[in-house]
Amino acid sequence: MYLYILKRVLSTIPVVVIVVLFVFLMLRLAPGDPAAVIAGDYATAEDVERIREQLGLNDAIPVQMYRWIAQLGSGDLGTAIFSKLPVTTLIGQRLEPTLLLSLTTIVFTVLIAVPLGTLAAYKAGSWIDRFVMLFSVAGFSVPVFVLGYILIYVLAMQLQILPVQGYKSPFEHGFWVFLRHMVLPTMTLSVIYIALIARMTRASVQEILQEDYVRTARAKGQSEFKILMRHALRNAAVPIVTVIGLGIALMIGGVVVTESVYNIPGLGRLVLDAVLARDYPVIQGLILFFSFVYILINLLIDLSYTFFDPRIRY
Amino acid sequence: MNEISDTPVLEIKGLSVLLPDGADREFAIEEVSFSIGRSEIVCIVGESGSGKSVTAFTVMGLIPKKDLVPVAGEILLHGENLLGKSDRQMRRLRGEKMGMVFQEPMTALNPVIKVGDQIAEILEIHANMSASARKKRVIETMEDVSLPEPVKMYNSYPHQLSGGQRQRIMIAMALVLEPGLLIADEPTTALDVTTQAEVLELIRDIQARHGTGVMFITHDFGVVADIADRVVVMQNGKVVEQGTRDEILSAPSHPYTKMLIGSVPSLTPPVRPIPEIAETALEAKALNKTYGRVGFFEKGRLVKAAQNVELILRRGETLGVVGESGSGKSTVARCVVRLIDPTSGDINVAGTNIAQMAESELRAYRQKIQIVFQDPYRSLNPRRTVGQSIVEGPMNFGLSGTEAQSRAENLMRIVGLAPEALTRFPHQFSGGQRQRICIARALAMEPRVLIADEAVSALDVSVQAQVLRLLQDVRERYDLAMLFITHDLRVAAQICDRIMVMQRGVVVEEGRTSEVYANPQHPYTRSLLNAAPGRETNFAR
Repeated sequence: MYLYILKRVLSTIPVVVIVVLFVFLMLRLAPGDPAAVIAGDYATAEDVERIREQLGLNDAIPVQMYRWIAQLGSGDLGTAIFSKLPVTTLIGQRLEPTLLLSLTTIVFTVLIAVPLGTLAAYKAGSWIDRFVMLFSVAGFSVPVFVLGYILIYVLAMQLQILPVQGYKSPFEHGFWVFLRHMVLPTMTLSVIYIALIARMTRASVQEILQEDYVRTARAKGQSEFKILMRHALRNAAVPIVTVIGLGIALMIGGVVVTESVYNIPGLGRLVLDAVLARDYPVIQGLILFFSFVYILINLLIDLSYTFFDPRIRY
Repeated sequence: MNEISDTPVLEIKGLSVLLPDGADREFAIEEVSFSIGRSEIVCIVGESGSGKSVTAFTVMGLIPKKDLVPVAGEILLHGENLLGKSDRQMRRLRGEKMGMVFQEPMTALNPVIKVGDQIAEILEIHANMSASARKKRVIETMEDVSLPEPVKMYNSYPHQLSGGQRQRIMIAMALVLEPGLLIADEPTTALDVTTQAEVLELIRDIQARHGTGVMFITHDFGVVADIADRVVVMQNGKVVEQGTRDEILSAPSHPYTKMLIGSVPSLTPPVRPIPEIAETALEAKALNKTYGRVGFFEKGRLVKAAQNVELILRRGETLGVVGESGSGKSTVARCVVRLIDPTSGDINVAGTNIAQMAESELRAYRQKIQIVFQDPYRSLNPRRTVGQSIVEGPMNFGLSGTEAQSRAENLMRIVGLAPEALTRFPHQFSGGQRQRICIARALAMEPRVLIADEAVSALDVSVQAQVLRLLQDVRERYDLAMLFITHDLRVAAQICDRIMVMQRGVVVEEGRTSEVYANPQHPYTRSLLNAAPGRETNFAR
């Protein structure tokens, strides 16, 4: 088993190398001169040349690559063009809201979607099942921002039970204030994942319920509830966990929109601001950062398989 | 043992179970009555669709209630009627008063839970015991079913055990609370003969020691001969005959029972003329197939599935390859057809070595060797008519559509089906009919060599006899060379001129069938023959 883990961890190395090279080349191979783009429409040739020099774009490609990798090796993602702050500092400042929003979303999604999907599988064909499937289709169809504004309108403006927008850090304002501000963004961001994961859980559990060992459990006199919990869910876990992991990885798109709708100063907003300002070092740093998060999540998913399925362990 | 004064463990009286609307008959089982006493093994025998499994599952209360409804009769377990009990009451009885062992030990255990814990689960449900007491009891039971090193095996997962060991775990699970009734649904069908013999021995031994009544469902009269006290014969949902084992096996009275018993292939090969040395159709020399490779991280784990296999197959003869699972018999069959690539060695077809031939050149030789597989339910494409499946091959080799069609019609007649049936889809045929279609499909290529890879193993015994006759018939009609892969020594005895016995990838014995059966040389061949169920019984003919 340790061999498997070691193997899996080592296998991320080539992926990391490819990502680093890709991010490096992306800036160099992109059409147009980044220096010219940064300098703006009214810049003189000298301005552009100065920016080129500043970005190190005049050096040979291998020299640039060496510098980039050496820089990364010392944990430096470069300096933002406009704010002149190190990119790592920018990411660090914005990390907390995004991390906590992702966390509340994942917890909320799993708590709702897995029981819902399991119930739908167990009662396949019943009204509960049909309701879950209907909800799934609806969840896939509604755009994140539309849902966000509907929720704000109903729950914050009409009923006035929740704040409209903004972010309050739990470390400064306390947990409940934080949570009240998180309810709407979390619900907004969760809906599509609940739809996805509930469907996946339903399909997976339904398949497992046809297995011979479920019949064996019934022959032992086991109750239907425990059959679902002990025999079905754990066997159904591998595809469900895979989708949860993919969901987390894909969440960044939803985070950008949700953070804009609710005015949360997180990484999603940073992405948006950097792209609009064409702040190349920040974009570069963010792509790299999200890639590493993605690789890490995939690694964790793969390692979680060994926990759920002993056949992978041995 | 005083059977008359004892209440039977199980008594079924006039039980009828309704099939859903649109099924091919009204009742799954109809007016079924029989009883099982203490310490008695009653075999329920019948072919697929006879209702034997429905009977067992109705007793356990494991039938899907929406589809199958018991409408008449009683099921008395220790005198208590099970029909009309609530789900909760039935759950209490399952596992405690009646246990069940299923056919497939590979899938009947949960792959992600330790086998010991799976046995302990039943104690958790029904017995008020501490965790340590449960574990102790489980280990005792595992010892009781002769599992090696039960303390260590407690923590094993199912995939780490062999088929026989898993079935012992299932038996331990069914018997840990010492229920009065054990229902065994084809418990040895998926096992190798030597393992089957051990598991049958175990069931007999344990039920005698604990006085368990056993309902043993099987289609195999060899197994019946070895284990039954009494026999209940079922056909199309009805009990057609019941009696003691000796009555049923040696003097059956119902024509269906007679037909079933008469279809059991004899272990004694018939006298066959020694064929004259004909042209060689297929020859394999020093054939090797090795699976697995030594990787960077893995410790080299190589499986030698076939080692230095030599075979010569001549036109007009049938060569049997027999062995248990993992013996390499199917590997050999698939290598000679080049469905898998041999690691080394020669395969000569019509004087050409095709062992390492490139796929583009190989195509011409594919036509000369055709194969019929075990599972007729999966080897035909469900979305194409059987006619399309039959003409596809010949048309790939340049036959015109009309010629291929007339060849297909002709072949349908030869395999005993109506040519009109060519426009139907596979699901509209029974298993035996599908296997006939598979044979027609193979013959449409006009091969020289026909390979039958366990081609009759999935069929009911009466159908099996017919398909065997058909194979024999087409072999003679087309002067084919036939390679017959089987685990079933009875079948091999009836159809093969020569046989090869394989064990762990190696051919351990080869010779004329009659000589090998009469005078086996290798200890493994002897153990196979000794393990064949019902070898000492003469079935009524």
